[in-house]
Amino acid sequence: MGTDCRFRQVCHVWRVTALPPRFADWFAARGWTPRPHQLAVLGAVRRRESALLIAPTGGGKTLAGFLPSLIALAEAPPEGLHTIYVSPLKALATDIARNLEAPVAEMGLPIRIETRTGDTPANRRARQRARPPHILLTTPESLALLLYDPEAASRFAGLASIVIDEVHALAGTKRGDQLALCLARLARLAPGAVRIGLSATIAHPAAIRAWVSPDGKGGATAMIAGEAGAAPEIGMLIGPARMPWSGHMGLMAAAAVLARIREARMTIVFVNTRAQAELMFEALWKHNEETLPIALHHGSLAVEQRRRVEAAMAGGKLRAVVATSSLDLGIDWAGVDQVIQIGAPKGVSRLLQRLGRANHRLDEASRALLVPANRFEVLECAAAIEGVAAQDLDGDPPRPGGLDVLAQHVLGCACAASFHPDDLFAEITEAAPYAALAREDFDQVVRFVEDGGYALAVYERYRRLFRDAEGVVHVRSEAVARRLRMNIGTIVEAPVLKVRLGAGRGGAVLGEVEEYFAAMLAPGDTFRFAGRLLRFIGIRETSVLCAEGGTGEPKIPAYVGGRMPLSTNLADRVRLMLHTPATWDRFPEPVREWLGLQAARSALPAPDDLLVETFPRGGRWYLVAYCFEGRQAHQALGMLLTRRLERLGFQPLGYVATDYVLGIWCAREPTGIGRLFEEDLLGEDLEAWMAESSMLRRSFRNVAVIAGLIERVHPGGEKNRRQITVNTDLIYDVLRKHDPSHILLRATWADAAHGLVDLARIAGMLARARGRVHHRALPRVSPLAVPVLLEIGRERVGGAEAEEALLGEAEALVAEAMGTGTLV
Amino acid sequence: MTAAPIHRAAGRFLLDPAGAVFWPDRRTLIVADLHLEKASSIAARGGLLPPYDSRATLDRLALLLRRYAPERVIALGDSFHDAAGRARLPAQEASHLARMEAAHRFLWIEGNHDAGAGLAEHAEGDAVFRHVAGEVAQGQIEFSGHFHPKARIATRAAAVARPCFVADSHRVLLPAFGAYAGGLEVTSPPIRALFPRGGQVFLLGRERVYAFPLAHAGKAA
Repeated sequence: MGTDCRFRQVCHVWRVTALPPRFADWFAARGWTPRPHQLAVLGAVRRRESALLIAPTGGGKTLAGFLPSLIALAEAPPEGLHTIYVSPLKALATDIARNLEAPVAEMGLPIRIETRTGDTPANRRARQRARPPHILLTTPESLALLLYDPEAASRFAGLASIVIDEVHALAGTKRGDQLALCLARLARLAPGAVRIGLSATIAHPAAIRAWVSPDGKGGATAMIAGEAGAAPEIGMLIGPARMPWSGHMGLMAAAAVLARIREARMTIVFVNTRAQAELMFEALWKHNEETLPIALHHGSLAVEQRRRVEAAMAGGKLRAVVATSSLDLGIDWAGVDQVIQIGAPKGVSRLLQRLGRANHRLDEASRALLVPANRFEVLECAAAIEGVAAQDLDGDPPRPGGLDVLAQHVLGCACAASFHPDDLFAEITEAAPYAALAREDFDQVVRFVEDGGYALAVYERYRRLFRDAEGVVHVRSEAVARRLRMNIGTIVEAPVLKVRLGAGRGGAVLGEVEEYFAAMLAPGDTFRFAGRLLRFIGIRETSVLCAEGGTGEPKIPAYVGGRMPLSTNLADRVRLMLHTPATWDRFPEPVREWLGLQAARSALPAPDDLLVETFPRGGRWYLVAYCFEGRQAHQALGMLLTRRLERLGFQPLGYVATDYVLGIWCAREPTGIGRLFEEDLLGEDLEAWMAESSMLRRSFRNVAVIAGLIERVHPGGEKNRRQITVNTDLIYDVLRKHDPSHILLRATWADAAHGLVDLARIAGMLARARGRVHHRALPRVSPLAVPVLLEIGRERVGGAEAEEALLGEAEALVAEAMGTGTLV
Repeated sequence: MTAAPIHRAAGRFLLDPAGAVFWPDRRTLIVADLHLEKASSIAARGGLLPPYDSRATLDRLALLLRRYAPERVIALGDSFHDAAGRARLPAQEASHLARMEAAHRFLWIEGNHDAGAGLAEHAEGDAVFRHVAGEVAQGQIEFSGHFHPKARIATRAAAVARPCFVADSHRVLLPAFGAYAGGLEVTSPPIRALFPRGGQVFLLGRERVYAFPLAHAGKAA
């Protein structure tokens, strides 16, 4: 009797926390034991709870997400879709499918696993419709396409589990907004399905749990932490050359970087921009006499090219890859044992993500090197190393969901099934990004989807949706649904042209460049792309035709956006370091000397004041403010300050912003500096300036495409393009003037305030600086001000007024060169 | 606002930064490609663009009419985005246009979008007005629209793209005046072919036009 009891107790424990025998044997055969977090996820699912698993890479995170499904399906495999896995990357979905096949085959489980992405051929899609797999691996966009379909209700009715990979990379983005809405939809179609979110370590775990949870508030969702990995070993690599004053490319360190590549098995060399990737790749090969296999990987290269590089990495055939954020996420490469970050790391969380790409074994420390490209970056790298040691994660909690994404979702839901607005509102407010959405905003979004939602209601006859007597909303025609299917998703690319090798149509595609770059090339010009030196031949339809080789100074394609601002946490550390000379001994001699001179000639910025220097130079007066709030915030601040200086009669001539410093130059000596930075600065001209700025126009373009106001341009459809698409800048101007409170303009403003201008950082800085502006009037430029002065002329200037000035300057220059006074 | 004068055998013409030409001798304002009711035309195909394009275009035209007080307006075709465009004008815009037509003499020339809505072309002295550029006799000056020219100029900091006039000794291409009318780069073959011996572009600015050699447009800095 006693033994029986004990046996039952053991059985009970076994059932709750451990694996069925078939799985236990499989683990044992590999010499593995299930990790506690894998069992914790299993426990949550058995309690019919959702889970957020936060663990570093290499901890068996993916298996933890699938284990509950594999066990359930091994016990009783029903027909129909059981589990969906969503990943931000197509390649990751494919890779995970491959990895899952191993345990399934080895245990002889009767489970069918398939992927579905934008690349899935039509015949496979049709087969999946007729006979769905048990486990479907997909992307947010492909999931949305499945859900915005009349068959969605029957297709997903039996769903039991949803695994969301890399949640940290999705939450807070528009792709994440769409996925959150789709999850809310799935919760209606399959009320029993649990969600398992997999995330890297993040600054705001509670907010991510809310994002994963079925009620959008964190309910019924277990928070599970994986074991922490060994602390990474990070060093700083300072080249033998004198540390430059400015510049962000870090090319002078190429030889030293190559030496470190030689010492490791496989290295990822991370850089911050695609242009930098091209240049660093070239610089490394210049020194690479023993021809170590070093490849290039960035988001503009052709997909096939990227896949080839990834395959070579997986096969251990490479010694190094120069990469941008295109390798931040993705497939685990066991072979990578060193990460080198060239240039400023910008934030601790981002650096940790990149460090995680090396060494996928928890018990071994990952090795990393930071290579600063200029003096300020030395400080930033040191701050980042401190920040990583302190696990001082940065990043903002996810922002509220975009109204443009909601508009696409509302139309999608209407295409799947008629709905009553009350029900849909209740549903979407269970998605965390929309939990706080006002009913009024929701109704405006629905009105926009119906007929454009304009104050001037003239589109009655062109409605996309109509309401019946009970208020139920129906889609008007199949044409509306077809148009939606062609325009699904939230990724909006700048117009691009394919780069093709050879003069004919059949040439190999190397990748893509933005349209404006291609437009600047003249036949015979050379440019550097995909690690090659190319000669421009011409533009045919949607392709840039080019040949290998060429002479003359090559141009490097640059891409709009993509530059991250310095995080607040890192900025605080840099400021503290500057003010604490005892910490300087880790810096190279030129940097120590530089800071020492600054202390002697001017002052060092203190953690709790705002140092502002003014000095004359070359007939102008310079004002340099050490704000440390990141480039975007400084740019907005620069505009505000120039307007105020203008009003005060100091005749400002221009400004330049870096991540650390704002510099303004004037015709007259600015005085009364404390007054300049008073907090009312923010109210004055910001709105007018932002409305005119190119970033708001870019934002509007994205919003207009996502919300379905204008259609996407599809490759091959370019010939009709001029008839179908309308320049969104023109629409923006007209809408702003004639319907300023339109929902799409509000969506644009929300985007800009959150992501583009860092308004909160400007406001915070002005509040901190109140009464603490430390003004130094100097006879000449200070050592700390040199880097920002060197940036003058390199920076792009935004805004329509700046454009006018630039055009006038170019006109005068050309007229002078051509020897004509006027050109008429 | 400062308009740039150009001098041709037919007389003096002012290129206005709003994208119109004024011919002082004949008190005539010339505009091209108004594309009125483009938004409602696209709406019929499912794209619900803001329905304010006609209002915006007519408001801008009204400003020019006040500034130059012309006796006559010549519209160089594609004045409406499609043949039914005039009938679709909302009431307020329709009456605005009617008031303009009452106060100034409008000479409508037909375009490919609004075929049948006006004259095929109009010649007057040494000047000829048509929608699409064609043959120009010796000593004549031709004004046309159709191509919606825009130019991209490299400057010290960034490339700036604007709608523009393109002109040589006997031709002036006007930029599109319509609020939603897009643009075609002056480097594209159809525009280049019209100016085999080069010419000038005049980019529209806020207060004035900016002049460059045609060959300079689209070039790297």
